[in-house]
Amino acid sequence: MKIVIINYGAGNIQSIKFAIKRLGYEAILSHDIVEIQFADKVIFPGVGEASSAMSKLRASGLDKLIPNLKQPVLGICLGMQLMCHSSEEGDTKGLGIFDVDVIKFTNEVKVPQIGWNQITNLKSELFKNIEDKEHIYLVHSFYAPLCKETIAESEYGIKYSAALAKNNFYGTQFHPEKSSDIGERILENFLKNI
Amino acid sequence: MLAKRIIPCLDIKDGRTVKGVNFVDLRDAGDPVELAEIYSKEGADELVFLDISATEQKRKTLAELVYHVAEKVSIPFTVGGGISSVEDVDVLLHNGADKVSINSSAVKNPQLINDLVAKFGSQCIVVAIDAKQIDGEWIVHLVGGKVPTERKLFEWAKEVEERGAGEILFTSMDHDGTKDGFANEALSKLSTELNIPIIASGGAGNMQHFTDTFVEGKADAALAASVFHFKEIGIKDLKEELKDKGIPVRL
Repeated sequence: MKIVIINYGAGNIQSIKFAIKRLGYEAILSHDIVEIQFADKVIFPGVGEASSAMSKLRASGLDKLIPNLKQPVLGICLGMQLMCHSSEEGDTKGLGIFDVDVIKFTNEVKVPQIGWNQITNLKSELFKNIEDKEHIYLVHSFYAPLCKETIAESEYGIKYSAALAKNNFYGTQFHPEKSSDIGERILENFLKNI
Repeated sequence: MLAKRIIPCLDIKDGRTVKGVNFVDLRDAGDPVELAEIYSKEGADELVFLDISATEQKRKTLAELVYHVAEKVSIPFTVGGGISSVEDVDVLLHNGADKVSINSSAVKNPQLINDLVAKFGSQCIVVAIDAKQIDGEWIVHLVGGKVPTERKLFEWAKEVEERGAGEILFTSMDHDGTKDGFANEALSKLSTELNIPIIASGGAGNMQHFTDTFVEGKADAALAASVFHFKEIGIKDLKEELKDKGIPVRL
């Protein structure tokens, strides 16, 4: 199985590579369009600011490539947010895969949300053998509200999307690569069962 | 519900853990990677590595350590100690660190916080503040509490938040090492006045201290070193106890 982690200069991608290695697979980091097109599984990471990450995607043509991929794609954290219709962060358009607008948490809660929260209402093979209310690790100030593509919910002041899915596209607001055994099981589900 | 975090802190010198690590089941008591794996298995929510070495090799050794920790450990970790530039942070994050913490360098050059946030995002920038009370006023100190500055804790913390830091790690030098409990009054004030997460540090001696710092101190996370290293408190036991007290934890 050929696994490609899209490398467009956004964030800590080493951890994702290591997590995949712990599961017994090898992933390569690449921004090469052909390499990404011929991967069996694509992981789209991202940490940082949304509008500058979108600029990087546009500069490399990845903004056209990603929405047209046919193999399973997993966006993580900012990666998931960029797959949405738009983001309030830097007021940017997204890739438009998920039909939801990413917005900022209000000041009724501490921002960013940092730490371990629970996922509920799990609705995908991505969460095979994962029980309701397991803890996963998140760090974020912006979120995707609940929508028809929500496959996992979490609650921080309000309920929001902890994960989204549409066709071959998946996105997690949390970091499976940093979510201990539960996170590794979710990554393994993506690699083996999707 | 967002869980309160328990964070063991490991002091690192020349790539090895120092000071009072007393794990009988550790093959190599000075190996930070092995210790990190054990803490991760016991249920630590995060780890902090504080590099106290002062050699010229420091940067390279620390980057290598970060790489090896990231390779093995599936929980987030923060690296601090002598970080003073965008380049320092870039190397650590690229090697697999999730967050970095800055302390003296931020006091000396507050613009560094803005620069780091602009380049890497708030989520990975922790500002550590050491303070102690002088004539009833909390004063920010440098060099592990030895050198007082002119900055007052609450003003500095507010500025740190405004400059974009994602989290504050507050150590009370009055409480550090006393095993008498955390500085809950100051912590509570920080937590109420600021809208970013606050990590409590300094003073952990028993399990009740952790309950107190989450309830009275309104802390979002609690950090400790020796009580964990000497196995005076087991992380799993601590979390069970916190859960019994109605505090949300990850078990």
